[in-house]
Amino acid sequence: MSLSIKSRRFGSGLLCFFLQIRAGITKTLIGFLAAAFMTLPAYAALDLDVNTPAVAAVKASMQNRHSQLLTHYQSGAVGLTAEGFVAVKDASLVPLSQRGALATLVKEENMDRVQLYRGIAVANGHPEWEGEIQHTFALRWIDKAQPGWVVQRDGQWVKK
Amino acid sequence: MKLTAITKDDAAQWLLKGTLMLVITSLSACVTINIYFPAAAAEKAADKVIDEIWQVPAGASSPADTKPSVPAASPVMPSATPMAPSVKPSVNQESAP
Repeated sequence: MSLSIKSRRFGSGLLCFFLQIRAGITKTLIGFLAAAFMTLPAYAALDLDVNTPAVAAVKASMQNRHSQLLTHYQSGAVGLTAEGFVAVKDASLVPLSQRGALATLVKEENMDRVQLYRGIAVANGHPEWEGEIQHTFALRWIDKAQPGWVVQRDGQWVKK
Repeated sequence: MKLTAITKDDAAQWLLKGTLMLVITSLSACVTINIYFPAAAAEKAADKVIDEIWQVPAGASSPADTKPSVPAASPVMPSATPMAPSVKPSVNQESAP
């Protein structure tokens, strides 16, 4: 008995609420859909932007440096780290006279890489994404490295 | 009739209400969106950037590929030129073994 009264009260209360909001809901819904439609293009772009002037400049700098680094990747003197950077893995593969230049090359490459990760995060309005972008790149660099290159896996240097 | 009386002002009012509702729902959605990092988009972006920097089709794979292909192409050319005018020897060679 008490249960049925309770449910009836609840039902009528719900009906009242429904009637109250029913009047405006259709119009509001039309407006909602119209507004949603107008903002749709903003949400459609799900790709990360990698073409801002700052990012493009870093990319160009790294592109130019790659020809110099390539021989070191192939010889195994320079390896790709798990953190998305490059490191001198075996300096003995490089003549003593060129080791200073190699260190500079690696240092400059890593500075550019920091700028690249930060630049992409900032370009997409989320500077806090820098770490995750760096991690994503780290995996992709290693994955895309060619056979024979030295990469870091589980803290160990391994030849691909 | 009410139905005929949809004026510009009405439409503007509906839009305003709708926009307000969208803002409210978006704000709650934004909390969810911002927590998650777009991993798939980041991976795609990374691949694109890495390919550009390493210039995968031109820079990285070609130095290893072009060197063997150039000497390999030259022996083919002299052997192909004597074979081209005479079709019969090539037929004999095939039937002989």
